[in-house]
Amino acid sequence: MDEILDGLTQIDCDILIIGGGTAGPMAALKAKRKNPEANVVLLDKANVKRSGAISMGMDGLNNSVIPGYATPEQYTKEITIANDGICDQAAVYRYAQECYGIIQELDSFGIRFQKDQNGEYDVKKVHHIGTYVLPMPNGDTVKKALYRQLRKARINIINRFMATRLLTGEGRVAGAICVNTRSAEFLVVRAKAVIMGLGAAGRLGLPTSGYLYGTYENASNSGEGYAMAYHAGAGLANLECYQINPLIKDYNGPACAYVAGPMGGYTANAQGERFIECDYWSGQMMQEFFDELQGGKGPVYLKLNHLAEETIAEIERVLHIVERPTRGHFHEGRGTDYRKQMIEMHISEIGFCSGHSASGVFVDEHARTTIPGLYAAGDMANVPHNYMLGAFTNGAFAGMDAADYIADVDYASFDMGEIDAERTRVMAPTKRDDGIPPNQIEYKTRRLVNDYLQPPKVTAKMELAQKRFEEVRDDMESGMYVRDAHELMRSLEASTILDCADMAAAASMYRTESRWGLYHNRVEYERDDENWFCHTILTKGEDGKPAHKKQDVKPYIVEIAEDERDAYYKQRVGASSVAAE
Amino acid sequence: MPLAQTATTVPVVVNDDLCIADKGCTACVDVCPLDVLRIVEKDDGKKTAYMKYDECWYCMPCEADCPTDAVTVNLPYLLK
Repeated sequence: MDEILDGLTQIDCDILIIGGGTAGPMAALKAKRKNPEANVVLLDKANVKRSGAISMGMDGLNNSVIPGYATPEQYTKEITIANDGICDQAAVYRYAQECYGIIQELDSFGIRFQKDQNGEYDVKKVHHIGTYVLPMPNGDTVKKALYRQLRKARINIINRFMATRLLTGEGRVAGAICVNTRSAEFLVVRAKAVIMGLGAAGRLGLPTSGYLYGTYENASNSGEGYAMAYHAGAGLANLECYQINPLIKDYNGPACAYVAGPMGGYTANAQGERFIECDYWSGQMMQEFFDELQGGKGPVYLKLNHLAEETIAEIERVLHIVERPTRGHFHEGRGTDYRKQMIEMHISEIGFCSGHSASGVFVDEHARTTIPGLYAAGDMANVPHNYMLGAFTNGAFAGMDAADYIADVDYASFDMGEIDAERTRVMAPTKRDDGIPPNQIEYKTRRLVNDYLQPPKVTAKMELAQKRFEEVRDDMESGMYVRDAHELMRSLEASTILDCADMAAAASMYRTESRWGLYHNRVEYERDDENWFCHTILTKGEDGKPAHKKQDVKPYIVEIAEDERDAYYKQRVGASSVAAE
Repeated sequence: MPLAQTATTVPVVVNDDLCIADKGCTACVDVCPLDVLRIVEKDDGKKTAYMKYDECWYCMPCEADCPTDAVTVNLPYLLK
């Protein structure tokens, strides 16, 4: 294994789904159900059994819209406000209307959701305004349940192939070029439609621990979706709206006020005082968190030590088994007992991820990108705050729409020269006798991301970042060196990470205002609704560098009253709070 | 520019008395999202799984899916 082989195979399918984490499997199931004759291929750079953000499971649905607790209108309003108004509501509203059906479907797969004594879903309040969080007592079984469904539906699964570039022709998608992560052999997949569910760009910033893979996101989610969409000419929206998370200091998991909050836990400063009213992750909340860290009252903690023994035991049971099962070991190693000490928190490295933020490949309410036949769903698509249930639901939309789309089209022809060019690019690091290993290219890129791109954003620092990234790119293109197929995969990831870093800098420079709290806090500029109440769309320009345009926010479906607009800016304890109904 | 051999402790530890790689098991290698585990032949000719690349998300499918409980995932030293 890992020996570099020379090989190229071509296969054809109707729908190629890249990424077998959360959105991808649901897209595959829905497409196959709608068109049982369709040849659906699900491809993953890891193994679909355990790939993606929910590799080990998930402890709850953070954004379930369940009749009796919330309406699609309330949810759409909350997410619009949480996202500072920059939101095409159609995708959020459709999600809100249809996610309940997806919950019931997941339920039928054997994934249980918490119910009360009357058998009703036991939904908890975490958001600033509404009630949307539904715990999953056996959330560790999610991937296994999904995998069973994929086998039952006879989805063709291809593991350990990494897609590196999309193929396009005739103005639409034509397939993808992929490389085996253990043999470096190439696979060209011709497809009538391609659905991307490649997850977040989680290896963009460097965790403060210095461990390259100690990221909040599954470290295999290195941002290929963004890079492939970019090189294929798709539009990417609002990439300056970074993801930054409040995590346990040094450990890559959330302290998890989403689980602990409804049971009485809260975020506190070093004095043990609550300083934010709402622990829901938004840019505005992160700004308050950052201010507390910087303002002399830090560190910031999750406080549980005032709770009853039974409550703490239940919090431990959930947090130490599902999603991040090493968490218990981490606390044990440091001698942290929730009964006695508070849990030290910090802010994470930056990344792209619509799961908790709003940036990503631009899609509409059908998960269609700006390239016909190309779809995106989950953390890499720009539907804001969509979490796991959003990945499932928007993945379902993509699968259903693609099943219709392929009925009317044949394979798009494409330039065979693209394949030769991509093989040359990919294999270049194998043709050298020595040089710079991918981990050093990656480390340097990510260290520069931390040095110069982390908010608060400063123009002069971002300009320096762009200059340094160019130098790293020259080094990468002329001198990166790999010894086996595994290192080749890492070299491709290093290239992707550098693409994402370039996009993060360029997008942040373009929007000359502050927006989304800490996520796009540009110290030289105030929020500017007159000029910047719009999406920014980044594409690959004629010169091969990022190009930008503004795009109007579509007229709202659910109106936001003047006094509700800034509700998320009123989070600090003591500030007058105007919560919308 | 020659490459250095820098030592590093790895988070995933395999008990090779319990590991049944010799019987053809590759469960941990198959499921790892970062693809960092491999099978190696030991001095006595028997095979065992081991962590070849220090690129771990300490997510634990290798430990959870091992049929003989041979795998332990520790936290990488840099963050523990």
